[in-house]
Parts: sequence; C-alpha cells; structure tokens
Amino acid sequence: MYVAVKGGEAAIDAAHGWLAAERRGDPALPELTLDQIAQQMTLAVDRVMAEGSCYDRGLAALALKQARGDAIEAAFLLRAYRTTLARFGAAEPLDTGGMRIARRISATYKDLPGGQVLGPTFDYTHRLLDFALAAEGAPPATVPEREADTAVVPRVAELLAREGLMQREPQGEAEPTDLTRDPLTFPADRSARLQNLARGDEGFLLGLGYSTQRGYGNAHPFVGEIRQGRVTVEFTPPELGFPIAIGEIDVTECQMVNQFKGSLTEPPQFTRGYGLVFGHGERKAMAMALVDRALRAEELGEEVTAPAQDAEFVLYHSDNVEATGFVEHLKLPHYVDFQSELENIRAMRADAMGALKQAAE
Amino acid sequence: MEQGYNFAYLDEATKRMIRRAILKAVAIPGHQIPFGAREMPLPYGWGTGGIQVTASIIGPNDTLKVIDQGADDTTNAISIRRFFARVAGVATTEHTAEASIIQTRHRIPERALREDQILVYQVPMPEPLFRLEPRVAETRRMHALAEYGLMQVRLYEDIARLGRIGTAYNYPVMVNARYLMSPSPIPAFDNPKMDRMPALQLFGAGREKRIYAVPPYTPVKSLDFDDHPFRAIRAPHACTLCGSTSSYLDEVVTDDRGGRVFVCSDTDYCQSRREKAA
Amino acid sequence: MNDLLPGFADPVLDAQSAFRAVLEAMSRPGRIVAIDRLPEAPVPLMPAAAAVLLTLADADTPVWSDAGDRVVAWLGFHAGCPIASTPLAARFVLATGAAPALDALDPGSEEEPQFAATLILQVQALERPMDGGPEARRSESAAYADKLGSGWRLTGPGIEHAHHLHVIGAPTDFLAQWRAQRPLFPCGVDVILCAGTRLAALPRTVQIEEG
Repeated sequence: MYVAVKGGEAAIDAAHGWLAAERRGDPALPELTLDQIAQQMTLAVDRVMAEGSCYDRGLAALALKQARGDAIEAAFLLRAYRTTLARFGAAEPLDTGGMRIARRISATYKDLPGGQVLGPTFDYTHRLLDFALAAEGAPPATVPEREADTAVVPRVAELLAREGLMQREPQGEAEPTDLTRDPLTFPADRSARLQNLARGDEGFLLGLGYSTQRGYGNAHPFVGEIRQGRVTVEFTPPELGFPIAIGEIDVTECQMVNQFKGSLTEPPQFTRGYGLVFGHGERKAMAMALVDRALRAEELGEEVTAPAQDAEFVLYHSDNVEATGFVEHLKLPHYVDFQSELENIRAMRADAMGALKQAAE
Repeated sequence: MEQGYNFAYLDEATKRMIRRAILKAVAIPGHQIPFGAREMPLPYGWGTGGIQVTASIIGPNDTLKVIDQGADDTTNAISIRRFFARVAGVATTEHTAEASIIQTRHRIPERALREDQILVYQVPMPEPLFRLEPRVAETRRMHALAEYGLMQVRLYEDIARLGRIGTAYNYPVMVNARYLMSPSPIPAFDNPKMDRMPALQLFGAGREKRIYAVPPYTPVKSLDFDDHPFRAIRAPHACTLCGSTSSYLDEVVTDDRGGRVFVCSDTDYCQSRREKAA
Repeated sequence: MNDLLPGFADPVLDAQSAFRAVLEAMSRPGRIVAIDRLPEAPVPLMPAAAAVLLTLADADTPVWSDAGDRVVAWLGFHAGCPIASTPLAARFVLATGAAPALDALDPGSEEEPQFAATLILQVQALERPMDGGPEARRSESAAYADKLGSGWRLTGPGIEHAHHLHVIGAPTDFLAQWRAQRPLFPCGVDVILCAGTRLAALPRTVQIEEG
C-alpha cells in the first residue's frame, strides 16, 4: 500500500546539522577566525561587500565563513541582513578626487601630476605557485617605505575635461535612484544603471565587458585612470544642515576614456565609462566601466546592436543573488506542473499516433 | 518569536510600500504593479514575493497555511511556514478550512475558499507575455493598450499544429475582461477555481518585483476559442488513498517496471476525505 | 507641538489591523468596515481617516489636506509625509470639507495606473440599508430618511451580486463625477469613505447606480 511521503521537517533539520558539520571540516584543525578571514582573504571579503551592497568587513567575513567560502551565498547573506537595517538617509557623493591613494595608474599618459603609483597589485607577479607559502611561519612581509603624500591627485578625466576634450557629466542635485528601495524601471537613468552594475556579479560584468572589446558593441576604451584607496564618507544630518564625516571606506574607481564622434548637438570628444566598487576590485571596476559606457549607446545616438548595450538585458540579469535564486529554484518540486505536461503530451501522442496509423492504413 | 527583527520580519516602511501596492492591485484587477521588493532571507525564486505579501498582511490573529504542490509537508512549504512561526509567532495549520491566509506555490486547494480567507500566490514570472516579448517596457505598453492578439495567435498555432492548446500549466487568463494575467504556474486544472472566487487572491513576484491581485467574485476567464474551448486536464484516475475522482492527482512511480499510483496533490483534502470515510 | 495628540498606541499591530480593514473594504466595495484600533485624531480628522493615513502615508507619499494646520502638524509628526501644494500632486487627498473634484486628482497613466491618487473622503455617515445599524433604525425620522435618499447600488469586482450603501454627506454631484471617470479605466481615483470609526471603499472599478 502506498503511503504519502512525510518527514520533510525532520529532513530539513538533519540537513542543517550536516551542513554545519561540513562547514567546520575536520575538528582536529583550528577553526578560522573572522579576523583571519578579514585579514587574509581580503579580496574575497571585498567582493562580498561589493555584491552584498554593504560595507562591513567583519560581517562580510562572517558571511564568508558561514557560506563555506561561496562568494554568492555570502553576498546573499549580507544583503538579507542589510535589508533589515534602518535607513537614515543618503551620504554626500564620495569625493574620489580627495582619495588617500594606495594605487593609481593611467594608461593614457606616461607620467602625470600625482604620478603613477603601482601599489599592491598582482599585475607584474609571475603566476608561479609559491611553495614557500605552503610552509607556514614565514616572516611577515614589510610594506616598502613611501613618502607620505597628502597632496590632492588630480583625476585624468578632469585634465581632459578642462581642455574641453572630455564630455562633462551633468551635475544634479536630485537624490540618485536606490534600487534597494524602488524597482528597476525603464528607461533606467544613469544612477540606476551604475548602482545595478556596482552590485552586479563580477563574472557576468567581466564577460559582458570583454564582449565589447571583441566587436559586440563599438568600444574603443582606454584606461584613463584606475585609483584605489581610502575615501571619507560624509553625511548631512537634517538637524545640522552641514555634512559631517562618518567614516572611511576603501574603494576602487575606474574611468575609461572612449572616443565619441560627436552628434548634431555635440562636437567630437571623449566620453567616459565609469566604475566604482567597494574595496579592492579592479577587475570589477574595469568591467563595470566598459559596460557603463556600452549602456550609454542609446543616449549618445549610437546604434544598439550588442548585448552589453541592451539595458534591459544587462540590468535584469546582472544580479547574482536574483539569478542564483531563480536558476536554483528549478530544483524545487515542480511535479504538479509536470503532471499536467505528462497528461498533455500523452494526449497529443495519442492523437498523433492515431493519425499516423490512419495514414499507414 | 525571533528577537531583533520587526513583527513579520519586514520593517514598517517596507510594509507600507507593499500595502499601498496591494490596495492599488485590488483596485486594478490583474494589473501588475512594480514594487521595491526587498532581499529576503530566503532565495529569490523560492517564494520571496509571496512571503513579502504575507508578511505585509499577516497579524497576530491570523492562522497561516503554506502549501507547495498542494502539500503542506513539502520542504519549501515547511521552511516558509517555520519562517512565519519564527518571525510573527502566528498560529499555523495544515487544514484549509482553519486558515485565514493560505500561501501557495503551484496549486489552489480543492476545498472551496471562503470570504474570510486570503490566498497568496508565489509567482516566479508575473508577465504572461514574456515568452512572446521579453522586454518589460514593451509588455507594459501592450497591457496599457490591452493588445493581446499575440497571445491568441500563439495559442491558435498550437491548435493548428497539435490539434490542442499545448499549455498545461501557467495557462493565461483574462481578469475582469481587461488584463491578461499569469495565474502563476498552477495546473490549468485549477484555473476555473479562480473565477469569481469568494476569497481575495493576491500574487507576489519577489525577483521580478511585481504585485497583482484578483478581488473576490471577479470574472477570471482562461483564454480559449469557440471551436476549442478551455479544458481542465487531470489524470483520468481515482486517488489511490481516498478514491477521489475529481481532485488533481500526482502520479507516483512505485517501481522501475511501469508501476505507478495516483494520489491527491492536495494532502489536506485527501486526509480529510479519508478521515470522513473511516 | 505640546498639544500634539498621540498616533497609534502600537504602531506595528494597529497599522496591521487598520490595513486589513482597508484591504477588506477595497476588496468588497461598499461594504462597511469598522476600525477597532484607532489613534486619537485632531479635529476635524475622523478616527477612521486618521487610521488610514497613519497606515498608508509616509515620506514617499505627498498628502494634500483641507483639514488645517493642526492636522498637518499631526500628520507630519506621526506619518512624516510631505504636504502637497495641490490635490493633483498628492498620492493621498484628505477631504474633510468640500472635496476637490475627482478630475482635479491624479488619475495615473495607462501604463502606470497605480500612481493614481486615493481620495480619503470624510462623510457624515455610512449605512447599509439592508440590515440596518443603530443609525438606520433612527432613520424612521422623516428628515433622516430624506437625507438617506435612495442610496447606492454597487456592482463590479469584489461584489457577488450587488452591494447597497447609503452615504450621507457625499458631494451632491459625486455620482456624476464617478460616472465621468469610469471610462478612463485603468486610470481613475480610488476613494475611501470615512465616517467616525468606520469606512467603506470605492475602487475605480465599481459601478454605482442610485437605487
């Protein structure tokens, strides 16, 4: 006699217990601390903060630990926590011109005011596995001495803009769109697009950005400037009426310089693609800048032909928390709908077989 | 109840935003209203829209039932029911008749719903036109103009090619003769239950960030043609457990030699029939 | 600000309860619903209208009101809503006296009819003639029966056959205004009628006839 399946509740509890044991791994080994993750897995923490839309190294480290190192799962944990926080208002725009710079490079000038600052980059490392790292207890590396440079480092885009060669972005007083509070609508303004990209999946943006370099979209990008470092966050409490500093965060900014042939109303000039992400996320900031520029095709009167230029396509599919949820929901039971399909296909086959048989006779 | 979170998890500003959307959805039956869906602690695609709707309407006097595939004991239904027991401390039930709010994925209970009940659907893809036109800006225009010829054409192509309409679930409906609406992926068998239902029906799509509604006693008509009227499909068998010949059945494979039984998908309905018979 | 009356005693659960009342009213047009967890409202704001506004209005919804400074201050403090300078610019329009015309309010657009305004219209009384509450029983007095008029017969989504509703104190040309906005559907203003602690709603879909 068939008995209906029961016991889902017990199965869920058992699965959670097993998951916790897997997360911990061999209990004979010391447990990872959040400080270790925050200090030694910094780029993973940065990515989780960026895609989790929440700047908090400690929470991002916790999310990574809980997620067993799965960056998307960790970003999801952080976002779900973020939504429960009270919102006090919008910060003043970050002044990345006043950044305390750890790294700053330009590909468009050999040298420039403020200089090229290589910083802590993988760029010129040889990708040879360092077996010395496998043996723990190596003496700590030291940061090379460097002149304390507090001078303001002018931005490359600004140097071009002063000459009239770089299109200036419109200044607006309006508070930018906030996609965590309002749904995406189309046409999406630049602030909505940039926020979407800043929260977007690094891999998705990387692939899209790459596609613009391979002919899918008419891109001729130069890295005007990448800068990475620390900026001050300011907030104006309504009761004070003037901005006060509330903290400092690390960000990576990329400004891509692109040629623009001009239009009826604008002379030929350079236009910019912009990328800004939490922490050290150079790859993501560059990909974001490429895609931002591609998404400006329509407003600049360029032909929209490539996936990266298609705002609905890009913005609706960039979010990895949404994407992973919907892709993975396919493993939820669908047997009710499948049953309908079964009955339908059986009926259609019966019709078709009958017709074939008739034809054969 | 879980400490550190607001009643029913969502903050009050979010609830107000969702409540405003729900009221407008009721006032414009079948029209999808974009809303600022929040990130929930459950994954997108797993019922976050339904959960946000339920969280915005539920109160301490409610009794909640959650079903997935018609069953209360499927893992995702258990998970959602536990979530509300945890964050709202509400009573839960597996009995359709005892529930004031029923959150569902993919089914409408067999037992007729009453005026004092609200049915909340989890919706993965609220746009009925998305396979014909993926662009949201374009479908919005089509709804504004009630331009639904494309959908009729698609259904008719099925008839021309297959002799019947090939859609067996998520079968599109017209609400109050104005808006084309996705009933969510319920089997077409359930579509007629939506028509002039005494209970309020609310639909939440979290990932797609849309809310819509069908008020009580509102005409809901499955699209069809005079020469090919809509047909509700069910397996032509009786339930192995309760003998029902009118409920929607799941086919359960019992061995690898073609053995199978058919049982009610609505577990509460099946159980109460068996209790009555005993 | 010293004479500011309190809002909801329990902002979370009172709002939930009031919302369910409004949802019930909007889902079943013309059915009278009582709100039982009410704030203390400053005159001339009726308790039901006050509960509706505290439940639905906030910083994202400009409110237009004819109810005077005390009410505006109370709304600003408890709901934090901006005050619209014209009825057209408001998401919620509160009318305690002579109501602005329906066509002076935002009806939404065909693509986004959800942005239509909601009119919260205070009236003297709401009665359901069929079963007769205490007020209806008093209506034996000829003057009151006269005021009741023939009442409204409502049909449309949310209504099984027909709902009957007596509204005392609605604008005299209200039905004509309502008929004028019906062809605009899906655009149109939704109305919440409030009388004392009770309310009834008229979503834009409802058809109203006399009788």
